[in-house]
Amino acid sequence: MKDLYLIYKNLTRNKLRLFLTCFAIFIAFFLYGLLGALKGAFDAGIELSADDRLIVVNKINFTQPLPLAYFNKVKAIEGVKDVSHANWFGAYFQDQRRPMVGMAVDPETYLQVYSELQLDEASLQRWFNDRQGMIVGEAMATTYGWKVGDRVPISSNIFSQADGSHTWDMVVSGIFTAEDKQLDTNYLLFHYKYFIETQTFGSDWIGWMVLTTDDPALNEQVAKAIDALFANSSSETETSTEKAFNKAFIEQIGSIGFILTSVVMAAFFTILLIVGNAMFLAIRERTREIAVMKTLGFTATRVFRLVLSESILLSLLGGLSGILVAYYTLEAVTSIPQIRSILPNLLLSKEIFLQALAYMLGLGLITGFVPAFRAMRLNTVQALTRG
Amino acid sequence: MNDQVLFELKGISKSFVKGKQEISIFKNLNMSINKGDFLAIMGPSGSGKTTLLNMLGGVDQPTKGDLLFGGDNISRYSESKLAQWRADHVGFIFQFYNLMPMLTAARNVELPLLLKNLNRSQRKKSIETALKLVGLEERAKHIPAELSGGQQQRVAIARAIVSDPDILLCDEPTGDLDRKTAVEILEILQLLNSEFNKTLVMVTHDPEAAKYASQTLHLDKGEFVEQELAV
Repeated sequence: MKDLYLIYKNLTRNKLRLFLTCFAIFIAFFLYGLLGALKGAFDAGIELSADDRLIVVNKINFTQPLPLAYFNKVKAIEGVKDVSHANWFGAYFQDQRRPMVGMAVDPETYLQVYSELQLDEASLQRWFNDRQGMIVGEAMATTYGWKVGDRVPISSNIFSQADGSHTWDMVVSGIFTAEDKQLDTNYLLFHYKYFIETQTFGSDWIGWMVLTTDDPALNEQVAKAIDALFANSSSETETSTEKAFNKAFIEQIGSIGFILTSVVMAAFFTILLIVGNAMFLAIRERTREIAVMKTLGFTATRVFRLVLSESILLSLLGGLSGILVAYYTLEAVTSIPQIRSILPNLLLSKEIFLQALAYMLGLGLITGFVPAFRAMRLNTVQALTRG
Repeated sequence: MNDQVLFELKGISKSFVKGKQEISIFKNLNMSINKGDFLAIMGPSGSGKTTLLNMLGGVDQPTKGDLLFGGDNISRYSESKLAQWRADHVGFIFQFYNLMPMLTAARNVELPLLLKNLNRSQRKKSIETALKLVGLEERAKHIPAELSGGQQQRVAIARAIVSDPDILLCDEPTGDLDRKTAVEILEILQLLNSEFNKTLVMVTHDPEAAKYASQTLHLDKGEFVEQELAV
């Protein structure tokens, strides 16, 4: 603690250099915070996937439908616990440029399969009994200010009704939450029957099926049985775990993780050179002062500690401000409903913060080690004579 | 051993290798410094004055021989033990002051106290005493760039004495100062010797400065060639 003032004064002696070096670190950690949060948002669907849940889609691709008749056939397969189906609705509310996630589902089976969704009994009964009823996730209800009983026109950019209208009248039967707060609740669910009876094409077709198995160990066996059952039919299936499905879906955009990691690593490598060079020059300029300190009685290890602490402090100063600004930027960005509807889990998590903190310490240690070691090994007599 | 002997150099040799050539600075040098001595060491450039001073301060080690301080052979100390020994027993005053430019006078004086087990108020008290002794208590909050050369050297003296060392080693302490300021500095050094019984060893080129010492040794080619006692 006695050396803290000395470290601080050494760090702030050249304010322009301090600012520029800190700024470089700031940028790197700001990017790390933002991109880490972005990656986390993409990965959230994968991380939160249930182990015992399988997704059955059309083998051609998941936008192609499956016959409704498959539903009962899958239900009869050994090892299948619950099965449900869903159709992508291509929903939007009032403004077509603001798409939202909406699915037509079989209410009872859907909630069996997605047991993590929480809905009170009254809401549940209201939904089951109202053909026009829909349940809305907490995040979506907050975004649009919807409450139970509200009559809401939901439009589709894919389907139309017999009269040519793209809008379905729906009533908010309940607002669901999720056990895990990280789970996305930014979507709505409504009756498959209401959807299929009113739309002009696609009757007796479903988008995909979701099922749970009796035991995750049976996943592979069940998946093979399903795909074998529909092999050589007009609609062959491809069954995968929810985790694998979500991963494949994300990877359609590109290897997000690889891109983000590459950008972050490039930024880190650059600051490693910048900060390393700045520290090296800073200590070199102080050769005589370090020699004087050693002459006064500062031990080599204490000098080593002083220089290394300075480097770590520099790294923390730039890094923490970068992470802090990233946090507030994300807070601001996620307050925009359009962004929240696309990336509901966009947040700077504790894990990202702790990782960033570890990188800050690592950066400080790496960039400070060589100058600190040189200061420690400095030949006092030569340094005093040279100066 | 004489109780009054503070330092004893026995058969000290110092040499270094430059390229393929071994250059000898001292060969079998013997001397002793008593407590309360004010010793001036003079000699031409390259005669080994600063090397001798560095060895007395435990900054440089002899190639051969023993360096006894209060009976302890410090030439056998490890680097960290020597650092601790310097912090406890030695005060250094350099020609170019060697103050930390970003620290105030008070903070510069505080540096040796950071090596002691003292709390903030104890350190503050010692700093005030040292700065008062050199007449710079008014300038405690000034950084070196805001002080004249003489004032900076007085801060350096305060830094050297603040931890109450047994010996002060001064390397050309007036070499960078005008005559008037040099006299002020030399008077302070003399005061430290006469009033506070500090042992001083001063390397100088200046015969006028040497007159303030109680004894002057002339060093040439690694040997003491002449000794003068102050009248």
